[in-house]
Amino acid sequence: MLRLDHLCKNFGGLPALSDVSFTVPKGKVTALIGPNGAGKSTLINCITGVLPATSGSVLFKGHEIVNLASHKISALGISRTFQNLRLFPRLSVLDNVMTGLTCEGGHSMIMAMLRLPYLRHRERQLKLRSLEALDYFDLSDKIYWPAEILAYGDKKRVELARAIVGKPDLLLLDEPVAGLNGEETAAVGDQLKLLRRAGHTLMLVEHDMDLVMEIADQVVVLDSGRCIATGTADEVRRNPLVLEAYLGRMEATA
Amino acid sequence: MVVMLSTLLMLFPLFEDNPYTLGVTNLIAINTIVVLGLNLFIGYAGQISLGHAAFFGLGAYGSAITTGTYGLPPWPAMLLVAMAVGCIALFVGIPVLRLSGHYLAMATLGFNFVVHSVLLEWDTLTGGPSGFSGIPYLAFGDFSFDDEVRLHYLLWSFTMICLLLCLNLVRSGVGRGLSALAEDETAAAALGVNTRLAKIKIFVLSAVMASLAGSLFAHCYSFISPDSFGIFTSTDMVIMVVIGGMGSIWGSLFGAGLITLLPEWIGVFENYKDFVHGGILVLVLMFLPQGLISGLKDMVTVRLALHKQKGKQKDAAT
Repeated sequence: MLRLDHLCKNFGGLPALSDVSFTVPKGKVTALIGPNGAGKSTLINCITGVLPATSGSVLFKGHEIVNLASHKISALGISRTFQNLRLFPRLSVLDNVMTGLTCEGGHSMIMAMLRLPYLRHRERQLKLRSLEALDYFDLSDKIYWPAEILAYGDKKRVELARAIVGKPDLLLLDEPVAGLNGEETAAVGDQLKLLRRAGHTLMLVEHDMDLVMEIADQVVVLDSGRCIATGTADEVRRNPLVLEAYLGRMEATA
Repeated sequence: MVVMLSTLLMLFPLFEDNPYTLGVTNLIAINTIVVLGLNLFIGYAGQISLGHAAFFGLGAYGSAITTGTYGLPPWPAMLLVAMAVGCIALFVGIPVLRLSGHYLAMATLGFNFVVHSVLLEWDTLTGGPSGFSGIPYLAFGDFSFDDEVRLHYLLWSFTMICLLLCLNLVRSGVGRGLSALAEDETAAAALGVNTRLAKIKIFVLSAVMASLAGSLFAHCYSFISPDSFGIFTSTDMVIMVVIGGMGSIWGSLFGAGLITLLPEWIGVFENYKDFVHGGILVLVLMFLPQGLISGLKDMVTVRLALHKQKGKQKDAAT
């Protein structure tokens, strides 16, 4: 589904990612883990065109997408959430989620100004689908709230709803449960499992190891911009390099 | 609401036939068209332009020169000029819209200075500082729009059509994309909004609307001078957008109306117009940064949502 080949990203002279290569198989959940500053978010940003990569390639469904504009990558079927929530605060919850369907709205400004019947019909469909997604995340009673006044947990779920409403082929989640309590984490975990069962391909960056062990089919470990291990959760857990990356850091900070 | 307002406007000249009053309301109509376009650009797409009087002026002088000097019929001239101004906006917009914030404000301001100077200095074509007179009235056959009542119907039809088109636009996916890009450009792009193109398109659209308003302005007064298209006109228009409400189509009408009427209501304002405008702007920005209409609307939606939730919690408790 997604193949990274020798992806490098430098900030100034500082390498944030060097020679990262791995594949994300279709229909599986890939977890990307690593200590703070390992380059996980940078990697997601490079894949989604938020940051330009320095070199290397990213193949998605056979298309070379490295350094393509964000909106084009989104149109190819990659959708994402952000580490620090990026909702549109003044838009309603419903509008936030409907923005996730931008690619399917696909009509010109002039058409939109004339508001032809077929457009109204399509808008209604988009709205229905958004309502469905919101219902799935149990947010139906807050659809007209401005997103900014939601509680943190609700905001996280709105962002998830916004990311999946367009039925993306690949969903990139940057720390979906960061800052949530145990109960909320379990709920999001269940929802992610449902998504996998529905055939979505997921890649998530996560620090919550319980969640990673529970739902990931494949774990990729990054450390200082390098990919140091790939495998199932159990394989990775026993890998001495991984232990060193995590424990070494703990010794240093202790 | 559109129907109600249209009916009111239709009836208005029946009981108000003072040409001076109608002249003022006609000016509101023209300003509203510019402010609608500018509000799409500032209020919805979250950009800033301090140069829209330039497009307004180009529209006015474009129509004046093509019809007054070269004798083209006004209607096609108006369309041609609007298209030409659209092209200029595209040409200006492609490099300038890479900027944002203060830089964008300065760049558009600079553009306004350039256009204003050209209008002022190229006197063989524009008549220079003494202005351009003898612009023909708009007409359908023998029916010429040459008095205030006729102009009232003409201008307000244009305004209502623009209002309707803008309302449609902001209710569509395109409008949603614009609001999204105003709030968070990165997130909007990640969700599939082509942010660069969207900004350019809306800039061109607002320029075309300003140009149409300019053409109407020229044909309505049959005399124009560069003074009407300086940077203070631009800032007045931004003030209209801000006071009416950023991201509120109806707010545009309100803002244009209020700021155009203020000097008429209170004579003292005539001389201290800029002070009063500045003062109002500061007050609005301090207390309702989203503008009067949008600010109040936001307050109401938030209150309603919180109120509902409290009600629910009470239900759950009992």
